[in-house]
Parts: sequence; C-alpha cells; structure tokens
Amino acid sequence: MLKFEQVTKRYPETGDVLRNVSFHLKPGEITFLTGHSGAGKSTILKLIALMERCTRGEIVLDGQKLSTVNERQVPYVRRKMGFIFQDYKLLQSRTVFDNVALPLVIEGYGHHEISRRVRAALDKVGLLGKEKKFPLGLSGGEQQRVGIARAVVNKPPLIIADEPTGNLDPELSAEIMLLFEQFQNVGVTTLIASHDISLIERMHHRVLRLDHGQLVES
Amino acid sequence: MKQIDKYPHKIQVKQDTRQTQKAGGSFTDRLIAWRDQHAQALFSSLGGLFAKPFTSTMTIGVLAIAIALASGFYLVVVNLQQLTGGLEASNQISLFLRDEISETRAKQFADSIRKNTDVQEVNVISKQQAMQEFKNFSGFGDAIDSLEKNPLPIVIEVLPKDALVDKEKLTSLFENFKKATEVDFAQIDLEWVARLQAIVSSARLAAILLSTVLAMAVFFIAGNTIRLEIHNRREEVIIAKLVGATNRFIQRPFLYTGFWIGFLSGVAAWFIVTFMMLILRSSVENLSGLYASEFHLLFFSYFETLTLLATSTLLAVIGSWLVLHIQVKQLKPE
Ligand SMILES: Nc1ncnc2c1ncn2[C@@H]1O[C@H](COP(=O)(O)OP(=O)(O)O)[C@@H](O)[C@H]1O
Ligand SMILES: [Mg+2]
Repeated sequence: MLKFEQVTKRYPETGDVLRNVSFHLKPGEITFLTGHSGAGKSTILKLIALMERCTRGEIVLDGQKLSTVNERQVPYVRRKMGFIFQDYKLLQSRTVFDNVALPLVIEGYGHHEISRRVRAALDKVGLLGKEKKFPLGLSGGEQQRVGIARAVVNKPPLIIADEPTGNLDPELSAEIMLLFEQFQNVGVTTLIASHDISLIERMHHRVLRLDHGQLVES
Repeated sequence: MKQIDKYPHKIQVKQDTRQTQKAGGSFTDRLIAWRDQHAQALFSSLGGLFAKPFTSTMTIGVLAIAIALASGFYLVVVNLQQLTGGLEASNQISLFLRDEISETRAKQFADSIRKNTDVQEVNVISKQQAMQEFKNFSGFGDAIDSLEKNPLPIVIEVLPKDALVDKEKLTSLFENFKKATEVDFAQIDLEWVARLQAIVSSARLAAILLSTVLAMAVFFIAGNTIRLEIHNRREEVIIAKLVGATNRFIQRPFLYTGFWIGFLSGVAAWFIVTFMMLILRSSVENLSGLYASEFHLLFFSYFETLTLLATSTLLAVIGSWLVLHIQVKQLKPE
C-alpha cells in the first residue's frame, strides 16, 4: 500500500532530517510513527501528502511512484488519503456538515450523495445530529472527530494523522484511537505520528521509531 | 478523466457511487453536480459580498466611480458629437449690410442673391426684426427702448444648397458675397463649426485615453480586491488543497467574486451617470430651446449599456483571474 525506499530529506537550512528511511505498510494495517520531537515524524507525513518532496529515494503509494507525480496531479493523489491534524484544521466559518462535505464537494459528487455520505461519516464518529453546529461550538474531542469524519468521508485507502491526540486528554485520546481501529476493520491503512508512548504501548500495533531522522525500530 | 484513470482505487469509488445513485446514467448526475457547483459558487460569492457590506460597498464604490468617470465622459462626447453633427448642415452665411442701405435696396440685393444657383434660401432680417429678437433674448428690453436710433444693421441670411459641402466652393461663394458693395461685413458659420468639431474630436480622443487609464484602474482594483480576499481566506485555501482541491476548484469562487464586483460596479456606474444626465437634462433642453434646435440629450442605448456592463465585468474577471493564477499556485500547505 505504502512503501518508503531509502528516503532522504534534506533542508538547505537544517541538513538531513530523514536519512535512508525504508518501510512498507500493508493494506489494513495501523502503524504508529514515534520518536522525539524533531525526529522527523511530521516530515514523513508531509512527504506522503506531497507537501514536500524527498531529496533521494522513492515513495510508492498504491503502486504509483510519488516522484513521478507533477503539480497538476497532486490533488488527485491527495484524494487517496485522509489527513488528520493535531490542530484539526477545520473551517471555522463553516458548519460541521460543510466541513465534512468538503472532500466530496471537491470531487464533484451530487448533493444527495454528499448528504448521505456525510451523515454516514458523522455517524461513524458519533456526531450525528451536530451537522449544523460550528466547530467553535464543539469540544476539542468533538472537533477532532469532525476532522476524522472529513478524512474518511470519501473512503480513502490511506489515513495519515499527525499527533491526532496531541491536544486531547488521555480518555479522549483513547476514544479517538478506538475509532481508528474501527476503520482498520474495513481495510483502511492508517499511519499515526505520535510521541504519546504510553498510549502507543497500550494499543499493540506496529511501531516505527525515528531517531534523528533514522528509523531505529520497525 | 485521464488523471483519474491512473488510480485504480479512485475508479472503484466512482463505480460505488454509480451503483448507489439512481439508474439513468452517472454522466448526467456528474453534469448536474458540476452545474450545481458552479451555481453554488456563483450565488455563494454574491452572498459573500453581502455578508461584508462595508468592504463590498467600498470596493464597488471605487470601481463604480472609475467606470462612471469613463462612461460619463464618453456620453458627454457622444452628445457633443450629436450637437456638432446637427450644426454641419447649417453652413449659413450672414451678410451684415451697411447702415445707409435701405430696406428696398436690401430686398433687391436679396433677390439678386436668390438667382445664384448655389443658394437654397435667402432671408432678410429687417432692423425692426433684429431689434425685436435682440430684445427677446437679451433681456435688455428697457435699455434698448431708450435708444434713439436702431443701431442694428439689416442682415441677409444665405443658406447655400445642401449639395454644396465642399469647403473651397463654400468659401468662394462666401468671398463673392463679401465683395458686394452693400455688404459691411460677412460671416460664415463654417469656421466655428470646424473649430467645434476639432474640439469634439479632441474630446473624443481624451475620452478614449481616459477610458483606457480607468479600465486599467478597474483591472488593478479588482485584482487587488481578490488578492486581499485570498489573503483573508488563505487558511481555507490551504485546507481545501490538503483535501485534494485542484487550483481550478479553489479559484472558482474567487473568480465569481470578481465577476460580481465588476458587474455590480458597472450597474452602479450606469445609475450614477444616468442620474447625472437626468439632472443635466432640464438645463440642456432649456439651452437647446433657446437655439430652437432639435437637440435631445442622449442617454445610454441598450447596446451601450450592455457594452458598459460587459466591459466592467470582463475587466474585473480578467484582473481577478491573473491574480488568482499567480497567488493560488503560491499558497502551499507547509
Ligand atoms: N520547512 C523546513 N525547513 C527546514 N527545516 C525543517 C522544515 N520543516 C522541518 N524542519 C526540521 O526537520 C526536523 C524534523 O521536523 P519534524 O518532522 O517536524 O519533526 P517531528 O514531527 O518529529 O517533531 C526538525 O529539526 C525541523 O527543524
Ligand atoms: Mg511533528
């Protein structure tokens, strides 16, 4: 599903932040990406999302080499993954419904289909009935669940999350993690960057550990 | 479609959509969705303008004034052109006779002029007639009554044949009458008509230049408005990009905002100019009544109204489009 082959990322200012990173995620697998702050976790996710390009090596997503993807194709590749962010990145001026619908609107779905899928996604994250609310009227845990609903609404085969529980207390974090396990059951591949060791250890999933840009455990 | 073909998974999602939607062809559904998207962007961008009435009014106000200046000046020139166009036919020659020439002598002279084949009409204005006319128009009635002797000369108005448009021939005809012993001095309208026409054609050039500059202003103001709008909504743009929006999709609502700004400014400018012309009308028609001319103030025609709206809309859209083309590409999620 997702393969990193000897990936190196160099920033002119900071030098190599990733060095020869290789790993392979199989379909339907939940994987944690962990390591100290500045280890390069976010950088790996940005490379997958084509927010950055790797300096050396190759990333293969669903059989496609990301180095061959040009700027015009980037949006179409991004539609194959759902992103979840630490700060949720919701549109504050739009309702929960509109936020979750965004990926579907972008792909040009008809509004019946959009309505049906948004409801299904909100149901999965336990927010059915809050469609008309605005993000600021929700708790942090609820906002993150809106973010998750948005990430899964167009049924992408890959979900990537950058510190999804970074702003939440342990109890809410555990709930969010349970949600990811539900998606795993329908075959979604999930990569979660997190430095919350205790949470990770409780979950019994595969762990990739980064140290100063190098993979030390996989 | 070519893009999507590269990703087998995507196709699977689409097939999934097809099955869940009504039978009757997903192509139509997609087309409807596409149309809905445009309609939605069109109206939500208008709603966006109404949601920020202060900012929108400021922008549209500035644009409307620029457009009104250009189109108002244009309308003034059009009216002046109409005015001088009407004057073209009146290549009238006025012969002011010497003071000692009597009325009878004047009539004989007029008859001799009538025999000239280049002349269409001859009109004698007696001293009394001239005095009466002068009293009516000048408002110096009482002052003139107190004069002992009528100081006005007899005037013979000569209207050359319409066919006589050649300036050389007219001038020679004029010189001919001027030499007559009865004539004190002669005047032909030709000179000031030509001068007026020269002024109008300069004014027209000025209108074109002014319009070009103001069109550029509309272009830049609209572009800058959209630039600010993108800046204000950069968070939204970045999020949309992250969930797979193409640049085209992101640009669409901004482009419609540009469309509305241009269109509404055009409409506002139309009203500003028309309102000013209405104020001008009564005073201009007074003036033309005085000259007994067939002059009616021209307002925007349908075609001109359409051109005005189309031009202002197009300029704003192009300005927006250029800014969008540069800016949306640059905004990247970091
Ligand atoms: N745009 C950038 N330019 C230069 N250096 C960067 C940039 N983004 C991240 N870095 C550096 O890359 C390293 C890894 O960052 P990051 O992947 O965000 O770490 P993590 O998410 O594991 O905390 C850090 O040392 C950071 O300073
Ligand atoms: Mg990070």
